[in-house]
Amino acid sequence: MTSLLLEWLVKIAVVFAVLITSVAYLSYMERRVAGWIQIRVGPNRVGPFGLLQPLADGLKFIFKEDIIPIKANKLLYLAAPAAAIVPALMTFIVIPYGSEIVLFGKQIALHVTRINVGLLYLLGLASLSVYGIVLAGWSSNNKYSLMGGLRASAQMISYELSLGMAIIGVLVLSGSLDLVNIAQSQSGYWFGFLPRWNIFLQPVGFIIFYIAALAETNRVPFDLPEAEAELVAGYFTEYSSMKFAMFFMSEYLNLITSCSLAVTLYFGGWNGPGVNSHPWLSLVYFLVKVFLLIFLFMWIRFTLPRFRYDQLMWLGWKFLLPLAIVNVVVTSTVLLLAS
Amino acid sequence: MERVLFIIFAAAAVGSALNLIAQRNPMYSALSLIGTLASLSALYVTLHAQFVAAMQIIVYAGAIMVLFVFVIMLLNLQEDQPRIEKQQWLRYLAVPFAAALMAEALYVFRNVKDIRLPAGSDSDRAVGATWSIGTSLFTDYLLPFEVTSVLILMAIVGAIVLARREDG
Repeated sequence: MTSLLLEWLVKIAVVFAVLITSVAYLSYMERRVAGWIQIRVGPNRVGPFGLLQPLADGLKFIFKEDIIPIKANKLLYLAAPAAAIVPALMTFIVIPYGSEIVLFGKQIALHVTRINVGLLYLLGLASLSVYGIVLAGWSSNNKYSLMGGLRASAQMISYELSLGMAIIGVLVLSGSLDLVNIAQSQSGYWFGFLPRWNIFLQPVGFIIFYIAALAETNRVPFDLPEAEAELVAGYFTEYSSMKFAMFFMSEYLNLITSCSLAVTLYFGGWNGPGVNSHPWLSLVYFLVKVFLLIFLFMWIRFTLPRFRYDQLMWLGWKFLLPLAIVNVVVTSTVLLLAS
Repeated sequence: MERVLFIIFAAAAVGSALNLIAQRNPMYSALSLIGTLASLSALYVTLHAQFVAAMQIIVYAGAIMVLFVFVIMLLNLQEDQPRIEKQQWLRYLAVPFAAALMAEALYVFRNVKDIRLPAGSDSDRAVGATWSIGTSLFTDYLLPFEVTSVLILMAIVGAIVLARREDG
């Protein structure tokens, strides 16, 4: 029992440290990718290739003045950044980031925990993450913040539906809500060469999932809640210092979790050639896949312009949701006829 | 262990429920209600009903309460009526579609006993697991389940009709 507890604590600490570091370096990567796509330089002065830039940014965040507006609702104003970052940190624990490895003579499964409703747990926490944004917008007592908060909540409710519907296709195929099982069910090959990934069976589902995930993480072209041209900075207009950084971090954490979930559901999770003989490779495969999807997120961000608000709602309710429902019906019908 | 957890979360549920009616500010009330729902979800987990617990969070805390908070935030704002395009011909389609749905439902009700389901393992069959809930909802309790959903649909339509009465 104590060894199990110790294993949990170590895993949680490692995942936490890796996540926080990745968040810092994603901000660096985002700016370098932006510079590369838009033919400019990006941060390259602090340390070799600007690699120490996140560290400098972090120090700057800590030393900035922490401002609380006089007319703000103080309690909720202070609680909102925490409400944003806590669910973002909690979601990753059910994601399997590798198969089983042997470390110090002990069999260790590379996921923090597995619960038989892991996917629902993840969706539930994702749906709670909207409160941080809504509370920040409301408690700041600023009309730009309020508009940003309203837009965020409307957008997240609308796209959560499509997200959930898109996932049902994968659930029907794998017959489990446990992400570890879903990842394992995608091992092996079709016809000897094509990996058994759900993306080949659920291409439409993946596209819906990816678009909805873009909207859920408030990224361009769905960054209406913080559209700087019309709303200053949206829901975190009034925030400064580490409180602002916490919103920033929760956004990147959600980005990592969405991409990890996409990899687990559609791209075979940690599966890849040679995983059975060298379990360490599974971790590498997982990280590479997640990295590529995150890069795609950034690519989209610096290529596409922002949607107009009514276009956003139209896309969510009148296109993605019906398409997702059709996807569920077609998948289940085909599966029923095939079995 | 379980008893300690029960006491903690039961106290949290009752405490936030009391706070819900004690608060003057509707936003605080809504947040207390979320606290109650989250504590109830934790109690479901201690009863080994993980599926119900997750649904409690997704449906109530994640969807319905977001709408509540949304409305509370909007109360401070001016009304901005969106223009809704009316599609008259839809009402003539409603009758045949409803008839088709009813026929489909009746067919399913008559045939549900003959359906062979994939066998679940012992852990699936435990009360509160996803498999057992899904199986019993769609076989033994199909009629109450469907009737409840129709009832909720009627409530939604009724609410819209009542709210838009001035249009005639």
